[in-house]
Amino acid sequence: MKITPATSQRLVVAVLWLIAAITLFILLFIIAYIFVHGLGNVTCSFILESPRRMGRQGGILPMIVGTVYVAALAVLIAAPVGVLTTIFLTEYTREGKLTSFIRFGADCLAGIPSIIFGLFGFVFFVIVLGMGFSIISGALTLALMVLPTIIRTSEEAIRAVPQAYREVSYGLGSTQWQMVTRVVLKSALPGICTGIVLSIGRCVSETAAVMLTAGSALRMPCSPFESSRTLSLHFYILAREGISMENAYATASLLILAILGINVIAYLLMRRFVAKVT
Amino acid sequence: MKQDKIIHAALTLIALSAISGLALIAIFVFKEGLPIILRVGAKDFFLSGQWYPREGKFGILPMIVGSLAVTAGAIIIGGVLGLGCAVVLTQFAPRRLVVVLKPAIELLAGIPSVVYGFIGVVVLVPIIRQHLGGPGLSILTASIVLGIMILPTVTSISVDVIRSVPRSYREGSIALGATGWQTTHMVILKAAKPGIAAAFILGMGRAIGETMAVIMVAGNAMELPHSILDPVRTLTSNIALEMGYAAGDHRQALFATGVTLFVIIMVLNTIALTMSRRSAGKGG
Amino acid sequence: MQNNANNVHSDKQMLQNSSGIIERDIFPSADSQKIVVDKFSAYYGQKEILKKIELSIFSGERLAIIGPANSGKSTFLRSLNRLNDLNHQFSYTGRITFDGKDIYDENVDVPSLRRRIGMVYALPVPLPCSIYDNVAYGPSVSGIKSRRRLDELVELGLKKAFLWDEVRDRLNQPAMNLSGGQQQRMCLARVLALDPEVLLLDEPCSGLDPISTAKIEDALLELKSRYAIVLVTNNTKQAARASDRTAFFLMGQLIEAGRTDELFTKPTDKRTEDYITGHFG
Repeated sequence: MKITPATSQRLVVAVLWLIAAITLFILLFIIAYIFVHGLGNVTCSFILESPRRMGRQGGILPMIVGTVYVAALAVLIAAPVGVLTTIFLTEYTREGKLTSFIRFGADCLAGIPSIIFGLFGFVFFVIVLGMGFSIISGALTLALMVLPTIIRTSEEAIRAVPQAYREVSYGLGSTQWQMVTRVVLKSALPGICTGIVLSIGRCVSETAAVMLTAGSALRMPCSPFESSRTLSLHFYILAREGISMENAYATASLLILAILGINVIAYLLMRRFVAKVT
Repeated sequence: MKQDKIIHAALTLIALSAISGLALIAIFVFKEGLPIILRVGAKDFFLSGQWYPREGKFGILPMIVGSLAVTAGAIIIGGVLGLGCAVVLTQFAPRRLVVVLKPAIELLAGIPSVVYGFIGVVVLVPIIRQHLGGPGLSILTASIVLGIMILPTVTSISVDVIRSVPRSYREGSIALGATGWQTTHMVILKAAKPGIAAAFILGMGRAIGETMAVIMVAGNAMELPHSILDPVRTLTSNIALEMGYAAGDHRQALFATGVTLFVIIMVLNTIALTMSRRSAGKGG
Repeated sequence: MQNNANNVHSDKQMLQNSSGIIERDIFPSADSQKIVVDKFSAYYGQKEILKKIELSIFSGERLAIIGPANSGKSTFLRSLNRLNDLNHQFSYTGRITFDGKDIYDENVDVPSLRRRIGMVYALPVPLPCSIYDNVAYGPSVSGIKSRRRLDELVELGLKKAFLWDEVRDRLNQPAMNLSGGQQQRMCLARVLALDPEVLLLDEPCSGLDPISTAKIEDALLELKSRYAIVLVTNNTKQAARASDRTAFFLMGQLIEAGRTDELFTKPTDKRTEDYITGHFG
């Protein structure tokens, strides 16, 4: 039986739709599975209490605080450094071998597994610099981890700003810094913010790197020099050690809610970016 | 202008710090890991299956095989699904589906790896154990989980690549009477081949670097596998599992494992970069 | 009459430069030399784009620069406000003075120079913000912070560009929403808000319809009493009707410059004549 192009088209399209359906199904399944088992346990007391008995009972407030602390600190460090570095690379240096090399380096580091960052952070921040297992160790490690991504997304956003705008700015008598802040950064801001928001998401989901640097203390952190446990690490420990499946599911539900929220914000920012550019 | 000079100097300082910070990581990892590879001997380190830290034996062959096996499986599953989604998104999907599918894939990318691993453990492992045999924690399980995890990477890069194929290719093909699928696979995918290869390679890079999910579903047995239903340990799992209590030579050996990962990923990245350059050069 | 003849004669002497290209009689109402280009050559890397240009620009005149594509007209213009500095491969020899001072001297405050020598480009490039913010951009980067003063300058600029009446009620709307002709007039207003002394226009009407073109040419006529205007154009008819003096560039060289009516009726160089009559370019 000869397969006509029309038939093979129909076949392939069917397969492709199947693939799309499978993908959607997987996503929905994961979210539904976690929510069904865990959302019910996400009560006010769960969010606001501290854990008791190693997490078997009680809530996860310290973990929420710890996660926010680590992620916020990491992004507060990485975002300005990353954006300013990108500005330096794109506006203040000439395109050449050095900048290509730096870009290649940043691309490579963006792909390096988080465990290696964790390894580095463990030996360098925790041990050599003597910061111990602490939020600051974790934040510095995560900052290094997301820095290449922020540099990459910022560079894309800044390169999308038409060269003509820069010329117009100069032609009207601006200095380079004025041109950068009032024209380039203003135009590139949605794209840059998308990159930053996605980095926040990465920090929140990260486990391997924080495991080895921020530690896994259960108590509420009062200073960045204390150890703390993030939500994803808590979830991992609860699940793997079999401490409390209920709480594990609940923690995971919160995690997914946070990721959902972050993704929505990134999506809205991205839409503004596209609208501005087109 | 004095103010400009100050700003220039400040930016240079910041940029140099950032770049040296990142370079420091590479240098540090290599500095800690390279000596032990040389001491143990490259052949013994990479090709021996004997990992007995207490006796000073560091052979990472089972982990290399584990990582490669799991990655290969992941790219088959993730590559097919990812490329399929990319083709659907760019060629066949009506607008309403795109609005749903694209954010869905981005969401998949954001789900923490520990959640993937967990679902793998509670859902996949029992199924595989029941219907296919073996302990359930296996190369196959890890491949499936990793495949889903790298799907968004493959899809997003492939979408960019396919979108950069000039519209005239598509229009020309349709004008000649080809069907949608014929156009897709004979014209567009062919033109995008290097870029899609780059997408696959970057997906592989991501799979090889994954740690938490793999720890939860791959079994972590320190043995060479004989079938896809056997448990394995990957390079990344090894580091994560032993880092907490390793000291001295043992710790350095873990860094050496890190060096191995680093080099593999840099090679993959370079290949991907050259391929996507070729695609860009051809495209115009 | 007698006085005029004397003036013309001495102007002629002043202008006869060493390479023998005589700049023909100056339009009598021009008073001072604003910009003097002295044996200026421009290079992009190794390529010589401008070859030893010698030309003066007087305040109160409209100078048209004509010539076929790639004659270096735009490069010449961009050398006058140092916009070529943005190109890393740009280098030059010779001198350009503005009010007697060398503009390429290292102590020159380049942003300030560019405010005094303003430029309008071929394609209108509105910045991605409101009309008000566009026109106020120049003054505000120069340090003017008072909202009232900025309001005044915006109104002034738009009025001088003959755009005020059309946009006075929608200053806060995005500049991108304007039509092509309006955008170009806004770009003119942007420059005028800075009250420059010299206006450089690089084929400003190339993308515009005849009505918008006419509006801009009218604006230039009004403006010439205050500013020196240099207008690069590919359209010889526009040069003929909208300028007092014309300079003809060919392959990086200044072939001939003089009063527009004389250049177009009795050009001295054969190449000028060929170009004007349409034998090439």
